[in-house]
Amino acid sequence: MTDAPFRVQPALDDDNRFFWTAGREGVLRMARCSQCRHWIHPPAPYCSECGGRDVAPSDLGGRGTVWSYTVNHHSWDGGTEPYVIVLVELDEQPGLRLTSNLVGCDPDQVTIGMPVRVTFEERDDIWYPLFEPAGST
Amino acid sequence: MDAVISGIGQSDVGRRLGRSALDLTLDAALEAVADAGLTTADIDGLATYPGGFPGPPGFSGPASPDVQDALRLRLNWHRGGIEGPAQLSAVVDAVLAVHSGLARHVLVYRTVTESSAQGSGGRDGIGLAGGGAPKMGGSLQWSIPFRAYSAANWLALNCRRHMHEFGTTVEQLAQVALNGRRNAQLNPKAVYRDPMDLGDYLSARMITTPFRLFDCDAPVDGSTAVVVSAPGHARHVDHAVARIDALGTALRGRPSWDQFDDATTMAARDAGASLWERTSLTPDDVDIAELYDGFSFLTMVWLEALGFCGRGESGPFVEGGARIALDGDLPVNTHGGQLSAGRLHGFGFIHEAVLQLRGEAGDRQVVRRDGPPEVAAVANGGGPVAGAMLLTREDGR
Repeated sequence: MTDAPFRVQPALDDDNRFFWTAGREGVLRMARCSQCRHWIHPPAPYCSECGGRDVAPSDLGGRGTVWSYTVNHHSWDGGTEPYVIVLVELDEQPGLRLTSNLVGCDPDQVTIGMPVRVTFEERDDIWYPLFEPAGST
Repeated sequence: MDAVISGIGQSDVGRRLGRSALDLTLDAALEAVADAGLTTADIDGLATYPGGFPGPPGFSGPASPDVQDALRLRLNWHRGGIEGPAQLSAVVDAVLAVHSGLARHVLVYRTVTESSAQGSGGRDGIGLAGGGAPKMGGSLQWSIPFRAYSAANWLALNCRRHMHEFGTTVEQLAQVALNGRRNAQLNPKAVYRDPMDLGDYLSARMITTPFRLFDCDAPVDGSTAVVVSAPGHARHVDHAVARIDALGTALRGRPSWDQFDDATTMAARDAGASLWERTSLTPDDVDIAELYDGFSFLTMVWLEALGFCGRGESGPFVEGGARIALDGDLPVNTHGGQLSAGRLHGFGFIHEAVLQLRGEAGDRQVVRRDGPPEVAAVANGGGPVAGAMLLTREDGR
């Protein structure tokens, strides 16, 4: 890896702080219904499955598969190296997806269906959940 | 819906025209009002997209109060806003106002000065304009911090998934861009008119796989305006008008780039379905299709969403380009689309559809049954925002 890239920060608030800081403990954390255990993302205080209002952050295993990807070549932020944007479907629930970056992988090697696992990049105590091939160490 | 597009207008369109957004808007507005056989004193409604929205530089155009004041309009109804069925939402608002009697003649406009705003540099990513270190809230926090700065990135993910599920190829994608360029050569106002072949397309620089430069639309300066009137006005106009047969406005999936259930079609699927639920016409009745192409892939999405082909079949549908050409079974983006005519952000398609229905499209005029087309489909938007409209020709006096 070259120098860490520029990143726009998320604006933290009471609804999203748990998501962007959970990496401090090395886990991926998302909102979940306390009654029926359905995952809700982006977080909202309502369960789309059962109508429950008791929704709270919960830990995920941090594993998923590449659902789609694009290798960006255009310099939007001053960076000049191609980088991989991935849409990861998390193992916990069909359709539960995160847009992120795939790191630790040659951009030419990314494929749809590739197993990945979360890894965190910290900047100013914001923990960006990125993904790397699940086979790597 | 009881409303017609009684007049259309468009300013100069080009790269870095060096004129203000209000100046361009007034050119388009005054032309549209006169074309409708009206004066500004007759205009009693005003609508625009996106209104006074703090978007990227050159994106928003003048807010509706600025246009109202410049023209001293005496309004019975007015509105501007960005939430709704894509850029088309301003037309939908106008139709609702006319249909319900809140206004009789609504001036609707969309203005961009993105080329001047961009200057000599490249296109900005969302969230980066103006430098500094912005913090991103709302829905954009789920993409921008991962350096997915542009709809180019977001839609590239959808396009790659489409290729994975259906075997769609880069060469098929190219046909949307090549078709646009062929048509733009017959459009004096188009910004890209040089011939382009598959080799040119493939050798252009990669933006974000699988999108190359010519899969992305061209920022321009320009304004487009239409007048939406009560249908009785048609008999006072000395040319044909476009009757608004149906509007497709649904959004039944989640309003999210990455959580939508079917990422290969997204909101276009719902807008398209609702369009056909509201008309007795069918896709077979459509003579021309003006389908949003902020990115080439979106036109393919709309071909599927509007039922011109089955889900996943847009690649074979555009293969070779003959079917979507001016003399094909379904002429598409007859003015060149945003890819070659310039990014007038949705309204260029509306303007072109009306021109074609009126038989005023010059060298690029489509002929059907020895006359101009009778039914046009117009689509705006992509990703989680989409709107569609069916227009039919109705003779004037």
